Amino acid sequence: MEKFVKLTATAVPLETENIDTDQIIPARFLKATDKAGFGENLFRDWRFNPEGKLNPNFSLNNPAYSGPILVAGDNFGCGSSREHAAWALKAYGFKVVVSSYFADIFKGNALNNGLLPVQVSAEFLEKLFDYLHSNPSGEIIVDLENQHISIKDTEETEKFEIDAYKKTCMLNGYDDIDFLLSRLDAIKNYEDKQLQV
Amino acid sequence: MKKTLFDKIWDSHVVESIPNGPDVVYIDKHLIHEVTSPQAFNELKERGISVYRPDKIVATADHNTPTLNQHLPVKDLLSRKQLSELSQNCEENNIPLYGLGHPYNGIVHVMAPELGITQPGMTIVCGDSHTSTHGAFGTIAFGIGTSQVAQVFASQCLLVEKPKKMRVNVNGKLKKGVLPKDVILYIISKLGTNSGTGYFCEYAGEVFENMSMEGRMTVCNMSIEMGARGGLIAPDDTTFNYVEGKEFAPKGAEFEQRKAYWKTLKTDEDAVFDKEFHFEAEDIEPMVTYGTNPGMGIKLTGSIPTGAGKSTDKALEYMGFAQGESLLDKPVNWIFIGSCTNSRIEDFRVAASYIKGKQKAANVNALIVPGSRQVAEQIKAEGLQEIFENAGFTLRQPGCSACLAMNDDKIPAGEYCVSTSNRNFEGRQGQGARTILASPLTAAATAVAGKLVDFTKSLN
Repeated sequence: MEKFVKLTATAVPLETENIDTDQIIPARFLKATDKAGFGENLFRDWRFNPEGKLNPNFSLNNPAYSGPILVAGDNFGCGSSREHAAWALKAYGFKVVVSSYFADIFKGNALNNGLLPVQVSAEFLEKLFDYLHSNPSGEIIVDLENQHISIKDTEETEKFEIDAYKKTCMLNGYDDIDFLLSRLDAIKNYEDKQLQV
Repeated sequence: MKKTLFDKIWDSHVVESIPNGPDVVYIDKHLIHEVTSPQAFNELKERGISVYRPDKIVATADHNTPTLNQHLPVKDLLSRKQLSELSQNCEENNIPLYGLGHPYNGIVHVMAPELGITQPGMTIVCGDSHTSTHGAFGTIAFGIGTSQVAQVFASQCLLVEKPKKMRVNVNGKLKKGVLPKDVILYIISKLGTNSGTGYFCEYAGEVFENMSMEGRMTVCNMSIEMGARGGLIAPDDTTFNYVEGKEFAPKGAEFEQRKAYWKTLKTDEDAVFDKEFHFEAEDIEPMVTYGTNPGMGIKLTGSIPTGAGKSTDKALEYMGFAQGESLLDKPVNWIFIGSCTNSRIEDFRVAASYIKGKQKAANVNALIVPGSRQVAEQIKAEGLQEIFENAGFTLRQPGCSACLAMNDDKIPAGEYCVSTSNRNFEGRQGQGARTILASPLTAAATAVAGKLVDFTKSLN
């Protein structure tokens, strides 16, 4: 897994609330059996109109916005457990998603793919949207080590929470399989005990 | 300390706790299907890891399968490849697969319970968010991503932070025409789509105690639609009677021994929940959704709320509805009775009982899709197929079908579909399709009338 330590970069705002994983990657693109190529279908039905032309009103298509940070409305990633959503965001080029709330399964999937979900307060999210509207090329700093997110120009900062174990994984690029395999003895002990019950 | 049902199952499955981190939780049953497993098998292959406990895995094909001509090779090449990879992966790893055409084939959350694979007290995971369904048996069951599918393959365990606990109590007696689907749509409409995020939700009270297993599965299935990773209901005689005699359920003395343990699986009196809600059965009426998330629900005879924000405006624009509007008499050209929420025998019985002696409206296209081969057989055996066919409906073969529109079963753009499935997201049933979530009874009544009607008046 790719490491994540600190990122200073421009961001793309997407104010819609309750963005579900069917919007992030529609089910008709889930027929692949590998992880490649999902980026081109990210937000497919919002980025493109039914005729396949770019929708100019969608913020990812706005030339003023670019960068590896997606700032999204409340309750991001709800719905289906499809990890394809995290793969699509990552393949498109996002490294961080900021929202005031993340659905559980999406959050786990993102963390397992080196895509950092940063949960901020509703007020700070509002601040980010306001700032990005007037400063489309303004930079946001995401510092995982210190668990801070800030607006570079204004120095407005908020602390964010992350599970200590997951933080270590992200900082070092470890994943859960390595850890679980290191615990196989304990797992076998547990199984033996269950057999005796 | 007083424990909840959830605590009891969780605590007995913790292999070890990481200080300041998640628990290593043992998984009793891992269900897999064609869409979210191939990348996990690849991951194992790339790392040279073998599947640790293949005997604890069961596979089916459901998401990406046709509901017509299942005996023929699958036409869509990508779908065919995905299905053949599942067969190959299962074969290579000694995992039992109930694929297309197998008598046990069906939607993963329909076939596992009806085969007795799902048993009280278990931990169950699947790369599908509606794994919460199995909580109806008093299990900890939740959806996982593909990386986690690989983790369970490798270790039969998952690293999970212990979730918080909530309880939803519904007491009293449900009115005529109000089904389990209405109960859960009502709860989600009251609590919102992220009220359960970070929680497991126990459902308690007379309404759930008096509910069939099919109904309990419908309720637990939609826990994820309020954000809860899982839902659960304490197992009781209804549960034990359902499990007993099922193909993979314990038999004889072993069953009795298990049952004695299962009886201990209930929340202690005075156990504390992080949050708790109470509703009255008498307040619940048949429900429909008007927006693009399952929390946007109103009673069938109600009107769309006014004064909501930007996201609601966007949803109403997509749906072609307006604030303050009633949905009654809205023409509807499509209905779908199926999905892991409502495709069990009871759902078809209730739909058939309404349809019997009536005719499908000329404007309506209906997709009636049983959840499994066993349900399909039962529909035939009970004479329900005849009722559907006499009314002008045709039955499809089992699968997820128009719930997520991965196969050819799609609702055309701009059309309304009264659907017994679980999600009314934009494009969920096909690009531009407009989904109105409802119970199988509401769907049946819509199919007969060709529009949304208050059918409760006509019930005896």
